[in-house]
Amino acid sequence: MDLTLKIWRQKDASSKGQMVDYKVTEISEHMSFLEMMDVLNEQLVNSGEEPVAFDHDCREGICGMCSMYINGEAHGPDRGVTTCQLHMRMFKDGDTITIEPFRAAAFPVIKDLVVDRMAFERIQQAGGYISVNTSGNTQDANSLPISKHAADEAMDAATCIGCGACVATCKNSSAMLFVGAKVSQYALLPQGQVEAIDRVQNMVAQMDLEGFGNCTNTGACEVECPKGISLDNIARMNRELMKANI
Amino acid sequence: MSGFFKSSIGRKVAMALSAFFLMFFLLQHFAINILSVLSPDAFNEVSHFMGTNPLIQYGLQPVLIFGVVFHFVMGFILELKNKKAQGVAYVKNNGTANSTWMSRNMIWSGVAILAFVVLHFIDFWFPEINTKFIQGDWSGTIEGVEGFRYYEELTHKFVSPIRVSAYVIAFVFLGLHLMHGFTSAFQSMGATAGRKQRLQNIGKAYSIIIPLGFIIIALYHHFNH
Repeated sequence: MDLTLKIWRQKDASSKGQMVDYKVTEISEHMSFLEMMDVLNEQLVNSGEEPVAFDHDCREGICGMCSMYINGEAHGPDRGVTTCQLHMRMFKDGDTITIEPFRAAAFPVIKDLVVDRMAFERIQQAGGYISVNTSGNTQDANSLPISKHAADEAMDAATCIGCGACVATCKNSSAMLFVGAKVSQYALLPQGQVEAIDRVQNMVAQMDLEGFGNCTNTGACEVECPKGISLDNIARMNRELMKANI
Repeated sequence: MSGFFKSSIGRKVAMALSAFFLMFFLLQHFAINILSVLSPDAFNEVSHFMGTNPLIQYGLQPVLIFGVVFHFVMGFILELKNKKAQGVAYVKNNGTANSTWMSRNMIWSGVAILAFVVLHFIDFWFPEINTKFIQGDWSGTIEGVEGFRYYEELTHKFVSPIRVSAYVIAFVFLGLHLMHGFTSAFQSMGATAGRKQRLQNIGKAYSIIIPLGFIIIALYHHFNH
């Protein structure tokens, strides 16, 4: 298929960006979106132009690196996938595709479609862990009884890959789905109880410090999340913070 | 605890608490107003009780005013903070793909309701404050009207088709605001999963029945005058 691409080009963090039009031809419907971007970049390199910078790593839908806001949606029009798992069969011959970086004041553009998502790392560092001495007498995990329901919910929360689609999608640029998932995965398990109060307080404080917006429960994040992280995690985080302050 | 209300989640909780209060107020306001259709005498009696009871006038009324002002002011503060958090706007953003119009436009339905509240205060609340607290007339009567004045004043206000139209439009926006706001308030307070579907159903019923009821009351008095 032949496509017109409208892509955000920005030289560096301090430069002003703009949308630039490109044409790509003979794109196979079996290609992933990133492979289509590879074709474009090969074309640009061959003609002596600067290739489009975009984030990618595993290309298996699990690392959370690839981003892109495609035709007005984080990771494009498909559901439950990252951009690397978005296939060109979702588009038609002759389509015009708009490709922008994830937008949020807390996710500044570094170059073209690459944004700085270190804010998520700093939130994790503020409390997204458990302090366990792993050098030596590590306890057998099975010695702590955990209900199947709690284990499943914790696992669901832990599938968050921290891609930032929730922030990019949210009209308020809120990071509460991400933080809610990270708080939940420990709040549901006995190992997470010891530091539960500090964790939720510190992670929420860091989230606010990074300049993310307030959740207004639109539910857009849940729809666009490639891992289907539920809004219930935000509600659980709210309960955890209320509990921590009472 | 004061630190809690300075956090983003604390502000959400504060918004939700004020929303609960206002939704409860709306319910009792509706229960009283529907009496004007069912029994003018009962409406007059209840209105006089509400308008002269010291606990309501000096206790609950200031709390209500605070609740209304707080909800609007906090709503605008959060909207401004959220706008700041957004940074550069998208060239193409497909909001309809993942969220409802109501959830994305709470600020605009809120502004429409605020405009209505101003009109409503000019119509009813300011004259009441003037009569009772400035002129000192707590009798609930007026010259030329037999018994209490409240029913007569209410029906008189709904003569103008322009005012009735404004009220009807405002109630539609109120319904749209509640359609998202009802469930959202519960979610902010931590309600999840199993309760969500039931809450959404109750929320839909509340956000249709209450505004529609107010519309029916306004139209009833307009066409019955």
